[in-house]
Amino acid sequence: MHIVVCIKQVPDSAQIRVHPVTNTIMRQGVPTIINPYDLFALEEALKVRDYHGGEVTVLTMGPPMAEDALRKALTYGADRAVLLTDRHFAGSDTLATSFALSQAIAQIGNSFGTPDIVFTGKQTIDGDTAQVGPGIAKRLNLVQLTYVAKIASIELSARTITVERRSEGGTQVLKSELPCLITMLEGTASIRRGSLEDALRAARSEIVKWNAAEAGIEDITKCGLRGSPTVVKRVFAPTPRAEKAAQIDTTEKTVRDVADELVTSIFTHQPALEHELSSTGSA
Amino acid sequence: MGTQKSKASPPAGGRADTKKKLPEHFRDYRHVWVFMELERGQVHPVSFELLGEGRRLADQLGAQLAGVILGPPGDSTQHAVAEAFAYDADLVYLVEKPLLTDYRNEPFTKALTDLVNKYKPEILLLGATTLGRDLAGSVATTLLTGLTADCTGLDVDADGSLAATRPTFGGSLLCTIYTLNCRPQMATVRPRVMRMPQRSNKPIGRVIRHNLRMWEDEIVTKVVDFLSDGQSENANLAYADVVVAGGLGLGAAENLQLLKNLAHTIGGDYGCSRPLVQKGWLAADRQIGQTGKTIRPRLYIAAGISGAVQHRVGVEGADLIVAINTDPNAPIFDFANVGVVADAISFLPALTEVFIKRLAPRNHMRLVN
Ligand SMILES: Cc1cc2nc3c(=O)[nH]c(=O)nc-3n(C[C@H](O)[C@H](O)[C@H](O)COP(=O)(O)OP(=O)(O)OC[C@H]3O[C@@H](n4cnc5c(N)ncnc54)[C@H](O)[C@@H]3O)c2cc1C
Ligand SMILES: Nc1ncnc2c1ncn2[C@@H]1O[C@H](COP(=O)(O)O)[C@@H](O)[C@H]1O
Repeated sequence: MHIVVCIKQVPDSAQIRVHPVTNTIMRQGVPTIINPYDLFALEEALKVRDYHGGEVTVLTMGPPMAEDALRKALTYGADRAVLLTDRHFAGSDTLATSFALSQAIAQIGNSFGTPDIVFTGKQTIDGDTAQVGPGIAKRLNLVQLTYVAKIASIELSARTITVERRSEGGTQVLKSELPCLITMLEGTASIRRGSLEDALRAARSEIVKWNAAEAGIEDITKCGLRGSPTVVKRVFAPTPRAEKAAQIDTTEKTVRDVADELVTSIFTHQPALEHELSSTGSA
Repeated sequence: MGTQKSKASPPAGGRADTKKKLPEHFRDYRHVWVFMELERGQVHPVSFELLGEGRRLADQLGAQLAGVILGPPGDSTQHAVAEAFAYDADLVYLVEKPLLTDYRNEPFTKALTDLVNKYKPEILLLGATTLGRDLAGSVATTLLTGLTADCTGLDVDADGSLAATRPTFGGSLLCTIYTLNCRPQMATVRPRVMRMPQRSNKPIGRVIRHNLRMWEDEIVTKVVDFLSDGQSENANLAYADVVVAGGLGLGAAENLQLLKNLAHTIGGDYGCSRPLVQKGWLAADRQIGQTGKTIRPRLYIAAGISGAVQHRVGVEGADLIVAINTDPNAPIFDFANVGVVADAISFLPALTEVFIKRLAPRNHMRLVN
């Protein structure tokens, strides 16, 4: 079994600051991490491999320093890492990103065996679109299984797969076929701690590095800015609210009195609510 | 938009100004479409919110507003058609076929792309639900057009292009995105981000039917089962009128009971900030914020929540925000309407008591387990 996992290196957004004057992201010194959602995909891929045998290849498209993310993935136990890097990819939107990644996945198939499953995370924390997975599926003509909470079973001989997919108001149990693309939901199983052996191997491993041509991309106009139909026209800060909250004064008052004042304030703001709550409350 | 938005942001300019040259063959793409999401017979309310937005955009463009309905033949689909008109659509595109009963990517993608190729909309809006996101991604890729996810603002530019605004970097910034040289311009919008429009009694108008040429044995994926979340845990948080939420300031999982008691007393629903989900105190569908639900209640009470930007973006649409926090400098007081600097553990029970008294005699407390 061959599994490809797409991971993205992202700035640790918990530590991102926005420049108060220029509204640009202050990236300096912001550490990068593997997109947290992708770790659920990686863990699931490793579990499937451990159970059914085979190999896990991790793939990322990004700047040369994205190699760090791939090495990290190797320490968790991935077998092979491919870095897709080329200045032609700069400025890619989701359509261009999914194009480049799908070409690279096809090339991975040529070089190391056709993948049975391609995993992506649910979404990235910087792009946050959840579109790249479906985009890859469409381009590679793979069955698309999004928001998968659990892989219930895989029948390798019959080449079928049964998954539980999160949908509005419940869980769909879907039976489908390999090869497929799965976008994995968060909160499934957290990433393993990788063995010492894997850590040593990761440090020594050669990372496969491909530029556009090496990934088999002939039409460069489908990549990067030129291949991106969407363009960011304006970036701006949200308008802050004019005034701060009106504070209920708590000095020398009992909790009960403060609560009383708050309820009065709520009903002054929302007079209709008082009546409605009285008649529709939980009585 | 993946990689694009992770770049530092030069203000506009560059390619953004080349958008006028729309290729000839896209010129006849007109009108605004809203994909109406049907879930087990019910229209998802986000579809009505989008019809409201779509109406505004269509009027600005002097174009028509259409609802797109894909579903099995029968009452629920017919009901959706009537609802599209009640929410002011000018016409409906309808594909009725038994294999559209449960959502699956393959037939829905084909049905929607067929419609687009045949009837050529200029703008196509979908809800950013699990269904909408699954479908929008593959439809946009099939059509090789742009898609802007999770928009919070939609507008028509002077030259008629769709200006789609969405949060980026976890809500700390907003960006406006255009789709150049491609049609339709696609966008998804999360439930509750847009206002619910008024429903009218407009009669059913023009319905254009399309025959989907696809058969069950061509579809690889089969729905084996559907496990409903069940009534009790089925948090319809996004649409609750009153929401009470707790954060790390609650200190311990037991104290969630204080929250539930208050919610129950005032007939509201309860939610939380992200760390509480991560700790396993509450289920993921109770999370409010950028990576949880967007809410738009008339009253939102936040207890022990600091008000991080990722939380803020999910609650800003509330009519009245009340914050209870021990720290007078907590960022939540920057966007709450009413603040109380107090210990939530002792304050929540007192608040519940006062509500019970004020809402009496018709109301009395029942404890929730
Ligand atoms: C990519 C990303 C996505 C995210 N998405 C979300 C999201 O969707 N939703 C979300 O909520 N967060 C989200 N977050 C997390 C967010 O950044 C904050 O970390 C989180 O909202 C903080 O939760 P909190 O307010 O409960 O905890 P804290 O920030 O720790 O705040 C606790 C507050 O409680 C107060 N407090 C302490 N004791 C008491 C007491 N006894 N009584 C009253 N007040 C007290 C403190 O003064 C403090 O203000 C996201 C983060 C990232 C990086
Ligand atoms: N540059 C990239 N390299 C590898 N995988 C990516 C890249 N961008 C997105 N992905 C994958 O696609 C998923 C969805 O990304 P997004 O559409 O940006 O929310 C991520 O969780 C990743 O698995």
